[in-house]
Amino acid sequence: MRFVTKIILAGLVMAPVAAFAQTAPAISTTRLAPKHEEFAFEGPFGTYDRGALQRGFQVYKEVCSACHNLDHIAFHNMYEPGGPGFTEAQAKAIAAGYQIPADPNDKGETMDEKGVRLTRAGTLADHFPPPFPNEEAARANNSGALPPDLSMIVKARAGGPQYVYSIITGFSAKPPAGFKVTEGKYFNPYFEGWNISMPPPLVANAVTYSDGTKATIEQQAHDVTVFLSWASDPKMEERKRTGLGVLIFLVVLSGLLFLSYRKVWANMH
Amino acid sequence: MAAHTLDATRRDFLYVASGAVGAVGAAAAAWPFIDQMNPSAAVLALSTVEVDLATIQPGQQVVVKWRGHPLFVRHQTPKEIEAADAVQVSELPDPVARNSNLPDNAPATAANRGLKKEWLVLIGVCTHLGCTPTGFEGDYGGWLCHCHGSQYDSTGRVRKGPAPANLQVPVYSFLSDTRIKVG
Amino acid sequence: MSGQSSYTPRSGLSKWIDQRLPLPRFINDTMMTFPTPRNLNIWYTFGGILTFCLGVQIITGIVLAMHYVANAGMAFNSVESIMRDVNYGWLVRFIHSTGASMFFLAVYLHMFRGLYYGSYKAPRELIWIIGVLIYLLMMATAFFGYVLPWGQMSFWGATVITSLFSSIDQIVPHLGTAITTWLWGDFAVGDATLNRFFSLHYLLPFIIAGVVGLHIWALHVPGNNNPLGIDVKSPQDTVPFHPYYTVKDAFYLCLYVLLFAVFVFYAPDFFGNPDNYEPANALVTPPDIVPEWYLLPFYAMLRAIPQKLIGVLVLGGAIVTLVFIPWLDTSRVRSCRFRPLMKQFFWAFAVDCLILGYCGSQGVDAVLFGVPLIWLARLGTLYYFGYFWVLMPVIGLIETPKPLPASIAQSVLGDSATAPAE
Repeated sequence: MRFVTKIILAGLVMAPVAAFAQTAPAISTTRLAPKHEEFAFEGPFGTYDRGALQRGFQVYKEVCSACHNLDHIAFHNMYEPGGPGFTEAQAKAIAAGYQIPADPNDKGETMDEKGVRLTRAGTLADHFPPPFPNEEAARANNSGALPPDLSMIVKARAGGPQYVYSIITGFSAKPPAGFKVTEGKYFNPYFEGWNISMPPPLVANAVTYSDGTKATIEQQAHDVTVFLSWASDPKMEERKRTGLGVLIFLVVLSGLLFLSYRKVWANMH
Repeated sequence: MAAHTLDATRRDFLYVASGAVGAVGAAAAAWPFIDQMNPSAAVLALSTVEVDLATIQPGQQVVVKWRGHPLFVRHQTPKEIEAADAVQVSELPDPVARNSNLPDNAPATAANRGLKKEWLVLIGVCTHLGCTPTGFEGDYGGWLCHCHGSQYDSTGRVRKGPAPANLQVPVYSFLSDTRIKVG
Repeated sequence: MSGQSSYTPRSGLSKWIDQRLPLPRFINDTMMTFPTPRNLNIWYTFGGILTFCLGVQIITGIVLAMHYVANAGMAFNSVESIMRDVNYGWLVRFIHSTGASMFFLAVYLHMFRGLYYGSYKAPRELIWIIGVLIYLLMMATAFFGYVLPWGQMSFWGATVITSLFSSIDQIVPHLGTAITTWLWGDFAVGDATLNRFFSLHYLLPFIIAGVVGLHIWALHVPGNNNPLGIDVKSPQDTVPFHPYYTVKDAFYLCLYVLLFAVFVFYAPDFFGNPDNYEPANALVTPPDIVPEWYLLPFYAMLRAIPQKLIGVLVLGGAIVTLVFIPWLDTSRVRSCRFRPLMKQFFWAFAVDCLILGYCGSQGVDAVLFGVPLIWLARLGTLYYFGYFWVLMPVIGLIETPKPLPASIAQSVLGDSATAPAE
């Protein structure tokens, strides 16, 4: 609700701001309304595009995961219905490709002789391990900024998938005259304040899609947004499917109750 | 009069139909509230465990946790294997193998208690009332359950006491000569 | 309840039970044969809907408590595991979170119904006051519940609302701070706060259920008010509750559940705030702290007042005012249907609540058509209090009500009311 009014207000407020941006010395750095990217999962019957989910996972794995967590996704989610549609064997292989901090070994050690954390291969029960062991390490490696967890990002941002898509693809615009990008930050007008700590994450053909899809920046952004939308809302397909049955049932029951109601009250008026 | 009864029939039909549809809906709505108490996806994902056998010497037993219960993994000595083979199924209180890898009616021979003779993999839950038996105790070189005194032999077959069945052998498989996957 | 009972036990067993625990008699007299005005409209179905809402919240809440962990380090993740791992956990959680909004929507319609038809007037003052108490308990329960997911809005909402008590410092130095510290069990909202809020969130619904029992008991003494606001005069004015109102309530309840289901399955986060999908962080406050929609009008009043203590008093006063309505309304006539002047002010009041809600949803320095919203909120607050403390008593005295119908039956059936109803 707040989101809708915000969009409307942002539209009202931003139109004049954009028009005067060239001349006005003080610039409002309120974020722009997100781009109107369309996704197949929107609408009451929308479902996730499996191809986009799998490609999006590839983008997450090869690009985003260098800095961003995917805390709430477990490897077993990768083959569960409504998800990217990997097979159990593929999900196992994905899990085995990650190293998880191991429990203490027989000697009670969690580090090897060089002080490196002992690890084991991931299993289906494990969650995606974070790229940094803790928040401090994450900040230290990202000039003080904390890359947010991506498994909730679509739900945790007003604007949802459109916002995430706009942020990833929002680096191309040149900053307007009079706006100075803060040292060590990047210009992104879809981000509140216009200064974002994340460098432009995508370049064309940064990944090579096995299904032959051309890996433009827009394509990668779209795919990874689909993947992250699923990560935020993995039960969406089950929810919409269940909802359809429930609504049909309730309409039928309402109809029967209405007829009963009419019948009971027939002689009363 | 005929119109009146027709009316009454239609009314009764409506009541019955509304009630029936409502009852079906209530029953369907109850299911999520029942099913939510079943093991969650996270619990189910943990339902297999892999055990490394390389470090277990003959005569030793390790206990690992599987699905919330202790799992006994025991490396049999040749002497134990010989003694277990000598036992006749007819003298056992429970003549059935209780091996999830075999048909339900497989006899409780020593060979039927595992996939390989030297390795024994058992769920450490006494078949009487669910306590965990202690290893290497009792009169049969196997397990003794301190709760109610049930005794199991070295292959986990019940020999004495109130337990009705042999210790259960879970579904497991050898991934390699020294590694098993349980569940 | 008119005192006489129409229950006659049919079998030996029911006779035996009736002499020992007359529960079947009680059910018969209160839910089956209870004489109910025959002219109740759709706005009178919200009592049943609200009972349903309370039941749904309690059942889904008990289920959620089976999986939720009331620990500052684990609460957020436990909610996510309910959403992702627990069988149908997403459904139960969305029913519960949407259910809170549906509960408040129904309670507001129920309250506006009471206001419009004068259902608080003698002899129903206690029904109304108990209702206000239920509303207060609901707000407390909803507030505690909103804290439990331990997201950013949970945390900062808890901080802001509990800090209201620190305004007492301006009356008795240090007392307010002492109270907030006591509420928190810490020097800020923290693990101890979360645990006690969980405990209270679990407890209060059962207290609400008890008070609802009193509400219905008090209702069954004089019986229902009705859209005409006139008393029941003869048996012809009423119909037995069952089947007439059971079937009517069931039909409208089903429609309400339909609306409920649309939100649960197709817009489950409609009433939520994206910030609450961000784990609580004591070091960063989100840019816009917004309460749930059902508290927005009061939030607007709080912010409209630039002085801390007075703001809190206005907030509290807005709710306490409701208790006095039965005596603030001086009209001889109950229903606004016969009060041409009051009717207009009533609708203005309804719009005023919506405007206040809108003001509460916007940022502190928001502007609408060049007017700072804070001024709109101040006007709205003024009208809110003016409606109850000035308009209600004054209009009741100066207004000439339209003529009332002779009886409910006559109004419904026309002049043939003297003929048998069936």
